[in-house]
Amino acid sequence: MTSQNRPLRVLAAMSGGVDSAVAAARAADVGHDVVGVHLALADNPKSFRTGARGCCTLEDARDARRAADVIGIPFYVWDLAERFREDVVDDFVAEYAAGRTPNPCLRCNEKIKFAAVLDRAIALGFDALCTGHYATIVETAGGDRELHRSADAEKDQSYVLGVLTADQLAGAMFPVGGSTKAAVRAEAARRGLAVAEKPDSHDICFIADGDTAGFLSGRLGDVPGEIIDHTGAVVGTHHGTHAFTIGQRRGLRIGTPAADGKPRYVLDISPIRRTVTVGPAELLDVDEVVGLRPRWCGAPPAGEVVCAAQLRAHGGAVPARARLVGSELRVRLHTPARGVAPGQAIVLYDGTRVIGSATIAAAARTAA
Amino acid sequence: MPYLDHAATTPMLPEAIEVMTAQLGRLGNPSSLHRSGRAARRVVEEAREAVAQALGARPSEVVFTAGGTEADNLAIKGLYWSRRAEDDRRRRVIVAAVEHHAVLDSAQWLGEHEGAEVELLPVDRLGRVHPEALTQALERDPRSAALISVMWANNEVGTVQPIAELAEIARTYGVPIHSDAIQAVGQLPVDFAAVGLDAMTVTGHKIGGPIGVGVLLLGHELTPVPVLHGGGQERDIRSGTLDTPAIAAQAVAAELAVKRQPEYADQLARLRDDLVRRVVEAVPEAVLNGDPGPDLKARLPGNAHLSFPGCEGDALLMLLDARGIECSTGSACSAGIAQPSHVLLAMGHVEEVARGSLRFSLGHTSTPVDIDALVDAIAAVVERARRAGLKSAPRATDRAD
Repeated sequence: MTSQNRPLRVLAAMSGGVDSAVAAARAADVGHDVVGVHLALADNPKSFRTGARGCCTLEDARDARRAADVIGIPFYVWDLAERFREDVVDDFVAEYAAGRTPNPCLRCNEKIKFAAVLDRAIALGFDALCTGHYATIVETAGGDRELHRSADAEKDQSYVLGVLTADQLAGAMFPVGGSTKAAVRAEAARRGLAVAEKPDSHDICFIADGDTAGFLSGRLGDVPGEIIDHTGAVVGTHHGTHAFTIGQRRGLRIGTPAADGKPRYVLDISPIRRTVTVGPAELLDVDEVVGLRPRWCGAPPAGEVVCAAQLRAHGGAVPARARLVGSELRVRLHTPARGVAPGQAIVLYDGTRVIGSATIAAAARTAA
Repeated sequence: MPYLDHAATTPMLPEAIEVMTAQLGRLGNPSSLHRSGRAARRVVEEAREAVAQALGARPSEVVFTAGGTEADNLAIKGLYWSRRAEDDRRRRVIVAAVEHHAVLDSAQWLGEHEGAEVELLPVDRLGRVHPEALTQALERDPRSAALISVMWANNEVGTVQPIAELAEIARTYGVPIHSDAIQAVGQLPVDFAAVGLDAMTVTGHKIGGPIGVGVLLLGHELTPVPVLHGGGQERDIRSGTLDTPAIAAQAVAAELAVKRQPEYADQLARLRDDLVRRVVEAVPEAVLNGDPGPDLKARLPGNAHLSFPGCEGDALLMLLDARGIECSTGSACSAGIAQPSHVLLAMGHVEEVARGSLRFSLGHTSTPVDIDALVDAIAAVVERARRAGLKSAPRATDRAD
């Protein structure tokens, strides 16, 4: 449906950053009819009217508007704050409260950008949604669209897009996915886009100061409990299991050193018992992962799939075999992986191609 | 290009551009005592006389400002401070619930920071303040009222307020009354002295003058505390070097707007009635907000404000914009997000209606061709926006806030 050969009506989501600005510019360059839109996602919509007095998206909205001016496309701001709060922020808090480690970017792509925004765009007469994600779409001879890794391995964002279904992908356009970040920055400078030198965003966008633990404490309060080691011995206390993630080493503040003197890592989190279990690194190794809510970029695979599994946003994929058992995705890793946190996504690849994904529910060590 | 947003700003009149351009080439600070200064001062004073003449005020009642927002701030804050300095009991700031933010936020700021008690006069379903509401508010305790402010005509839905009656009630109780007449001048007969106001705001760019200049008409007996301190150029109430070119251009625009008003209002009302009738024909569910007439004095002749059930105003605006038709959803924040209108909410509409509305405002360059373009586009645009509205509507749950 979104063949690149004819001019399309394209809605370009513009965050105010360099990637989405260049993506919009490229879409306009090849002849598409592009309209820029900045998504206002901040938690408190009321703060917008008093923008000058402390709206966190004001500067980004302005940067996006200036980029649209330079590109020469219309520009609007869409208020998605309410949907974002319901689908992303509340979910983020609930997941941590349940002892899991969610990835809000994935959730936002699945529920906001390529659902609420894409649906609205299509209804308003657009053919596609253009974003600045580093991933590529390959159209097969049969007309199917495949999601592949970016040309820039360092910046590849196919993992956070791994939740997209074929339908969602059909309306997506990633014009910078075939370039390196360095090339995109250079192009932005050449085009006179003021955002060329803007630093990359790394943090969770709705936690402006980067203090995730503080944000969660504000929402979930103080829920003190014990830190125990893998033998069951109490080694410390904490103010809430939501401050921890599987594989975490820093900030445990355990008074008693381990018997072997080696560093200890978070092995398990139990919000119900209010305990955080710590232990040596080797106990973090898992070779079987169970995923829920599988989503396929195309037809669901039949039988066992030989693939590579990526278990976190940054980090490589490990060889694996996956199969669907009812609604569960069971993945056997050929080499054990360390620090696999429930709530994160497991994304399956065939070479550079994304096959599908699931939300990690459990991980275990089966082989000694 | 059909421009249907004259209430936001309207093109400058050629006569105003001519005067302004000529003045931009001339030297002189009107406050300087030498020849160049005197020449500039003469231009300013002639402009002051022209504005006074056009609006039914005396020249000495004209305070030039840098626009409507500044004039509103000076009236609300300045009069509150001066009235309370005379008598500390005067804490009540009585304003209509449908005021422009320049008045409403000034009053609320006084409430949050200066000990004021803000009282919002309610409006009916058409957006009109009832004189009895003001009587009741004053009767309760006239000595505690610092000031009253009710706009002459509403910028969003076009409803005209019974300003002469309100002014008479205010006079009975001895409380100063200000009116933001920004939208009224040029579309309605506006006479400061005849209606008995104590203060009134006008701005240049809504009547064919430049942006960045305005007027606060201010009775002699009032001395508001300044908001801007400095050289005291305007009656020691407003400081800042007088903007001779803009002031001269604004005066030309005011003179012409007032002179042409009767004929202009008829012409706008005919176009507007045509717009409303044909849009509602094309989209039968569309609802006209504000006063439906037939009394022509009850609504700004250039204003049409319509709700399109099931649609989001910002989607409608974008789709019309893509077809070259420019209109407004009401107020947007500094980031550009359309806000549910406090005016429609005060009129008793639910938030969905307030979000799904458009304001079409006509002006001196409007023609039947503009209306034709809108009528040709509106049905398809509403149809699309409605489909998108259903897709992006917030969930029914979690609506407590």
